[in-house]
Amino acid sequence: MTAPAPAPAHRSLRGRTRAASHTDNAARPGALYAVPAMLVFGVFALVPLLLVCWLSFTTWNGLGDPRWTGLANWQDLLTDPGLLHSLRITAVLTLAGWAVQTPLALLLGVWAAGTQRGRALASALVFLPLLLSGAATALVWKALLDPNFGLARTIGPWIGVPSGNMLGTSGGALLAIIAVGAWQFVPFHMLMYQAAARNVPAHLYEAATIDGAGRVRQFWSITLPQLRNTVVTSSTLMIVGSMTTFETILILTDGGPGAATQSMPFRMYQQAFKSFEMGPASALATVLVLFGTALSLLIVRFSGFSRMRSTLEGI
Amino acid sequence: MTATEIRPAHSRRRFLTGIGAAGIGAAVTGCSALSPGSGDDSRGLDVWTLTDPVQNKIQRAALTRLRRSHSSRAKLTPFPNTGYTQKLRIAMGTSDGPDVFWSWGGESLRPYHEAGLVVDLADRFGSDTRWRDAFLPAALQAACVDDREPLGLPVRGMQPVILFCNQTLFDEHDLRPPRTWDELLDVVDAFVDADVIPVSLAGAESWCELMWLECITGRLTGTGPLRKIFAGERGSWRHPAIEEALDRIQKLVRRGAFGQAFGSVSYGSGGATAIFAKGRAAMHLMGSWEYSNLRNDHRRFTEDGLSWVSFPTVPGGTGDPRALVGNNTNYLSVNTRSADIDAGVGLVGTQLAARPFIDALIKAGDVPAAVGIEGRLRELAPDPDFALYVYRVVSDAPDFTLSWDQAMLPAVKEAMLSSLQQIFLEKLSPRQFVDAMELIQ
Repeated sequence: MTAPAPAPAHRSLRGRTRAASHTDNAARPGALYAVPAMLVFGVFALVPLLLVCWLSFTTWNGLGDPRWTGLANWQDLLTDPGLLHSLRITAVLTLAGWAVQTPLALLLGVWAAGTQRGRALASALVFLPLLLSGAATALVWKALLDPNFGLARTIGPWIGVPSGNMLGTSGGALLAIIAVGAWQFVPFHMLMYQAAARNVPAHLYEAATIDGAGRVRQFWSITLPQLRNTVVTSSTLMIVGSMTTFETILILTDGGPGAATQSMPFRMYQQAFKSFEMGPASALATVLVLFGTALSLLIVRFSGFSRMRSTLEGI
Repeated sequence: MTATEIRPAHSRRRFLTGIGAAGIGAAVTGCSALSPGSGDDSRGLDVWTLTDPVQNKIQRAALTRLRRSHSSRAKLTPFPNTGYTQKLRIAMGTSDGPDVFWSWGGESLRPYHEAGLVVDLADRFGSDTRWRDAFLPAALQAACVDDREPLGLPVRGMQPVILFCNQTLFDEHDLRPPRTWDELLDVVDAFVDADVIPVSLAGAESWCELMWLECITGRLTGTGPLRKIFAGERGSWRHPAIEEALDRIQKLVRRGAFGQAFGSVSYGSGGATAIFAKGRAAMHLMGSWEYSNLRNDHRRFTEDGLSWVSFPTVPGGTGDPRALVGNNTNYLSVNTRSADIDAGVGLVGTQLAARPFIDALIKAGDVPAAVGIEGRLRELAPDPDFALYVYRVVSDAPDFTLSWDQAMLPAVKEAMLSSLQQIFLEKLSPRQFVDAMELIQ
């Protein structure tokens, strides 16, 4: 009589476990839901990626069949002084892009999260560039920066370029790309910061005010720590985005003057579709993929992205 | 519960099948992209050309006439200049390429010839040489890959590089267009003193800067060393004329010949043309097509204040002063994968030299490459003086070198164009330019 007693309890425990696992599975049905995304990723990312890897071991001008050349393209790539130069340009554009855009987007976003008068209108105006296509933006800026018929002649003297020759000098062209990139992408990141800043509980500020903290102290001690997850996400997007900037360079400077703005993606395009050397271009593309992946992994590793917790925990 | 257990297996199977299908799909599309096909008979002749409202109308009329003689359907597919080369290369690598395509000759034609994709017109016409005798030999030069018979025939006018002058400014400052290098320097100094940009230069697009290197080198030494450069021979860039030409360019830059902001001026948006036509710059070295642009956008200036001369001679130069550089013309060639090669050859071999086509070109302001058309130029051209000038300089030219950027391997061309920009910015010395080009060669 005593013996059978635990059995139902055991059964009922198992039953509960199964029921729980059923609920989990219902919420997360495994690989099936991932199939469409994986298919798209496979066909449009993985297959081309593998083909590009294979092309990097061949010579091909786009006509006829690629010819296997082994490691020749890779050897050329490693001894190519242009690679180092384009790497340097890419690094400058990425770092400067991040350094310019982050503070601007952060401050604008936090400001836009407030309830000041005229804020909505001003935010909408700042947000406008994001609605324009990258190519259109670059074309408009190219016209604006024309020294004879654009605004460059007027603005130039204010910023130390009396002749208005901004796109025609190495430093000026780089600065122009960084500035146009910031003008174009700050609104997007501003929106991220605005949303995040609105999520900061008001009572934190109220408590800080009672404790006598001023606006600056509140920004550093409450707003910024509360936005740390957004900073990591926005920075990752910024860095990967700047690293692959292409159309702005193509339209605004065409990689020039000389090779002053030849970033890695631009150089890849130039080798593939201007020089029609698909082999070396594919080797460069592979390097770019490896580089981008490594950078993303590094950001995830060192920013604590994988261990990220809600900033509202414990509040 | 059963469903819960089965679902993962299901999903795994479907997932793998999906990947397989995707792989096969990619393999199939990849294969069809690489393998030669026969084309589709029913669509008719597809003729690729550059977008130009005036020219496209003339070309469509030629296709209509072709239809009468060959009873084959044909359509014109115009593309903007920017990106055309890339589009053509990708399309020609597949079985869906055009039946007849536009090129600049030289290296824009050679790869297709080497891949066996250009119909040999000489072969098709046999001993009858009227098809090519109808055109000036100098204008066919760029279509003669490896000194063969032409692989395409002219679809537009001839476009040598000419020094355009703003005669109004020259008259105002009591100067005359330069005929020699020393005169050029004097004119430059005079205009700099008068606060006028001596030469309008679109430095943002280095093919415009290239014209200076082409013209000076041509006057210094003729075409001999160029053939070696175009052939990719080692040491060919070390010819002293190249370094001297680059040195002369940098001296012009330092003299202020191109103004202070030429690096930001572009050609595509009309900047360089407008500076010249609006009287801010006195000279403009450009292909003869610039005349049509000026006439369209600045008609009054073109009629009252425009003059033109050949590039000045350079002291000590051994190049023939009558030699020209520029775009010989543009060509149409026939794709060997075309489903209707006969119609393509009919279009290229007969319609392009036909009187209605040539007359329409003349009326549109072009100077066609056809022989014996002085009378028609005088009668039909919108500006007979300019048309006859271009026609005569090409007819008299012992040599008409194709623009270097069209005559070189694309990889060498890109390196040259970017190094040349650095020459104009004085970031590279002539010696460094030569060293850099030898590395590429």
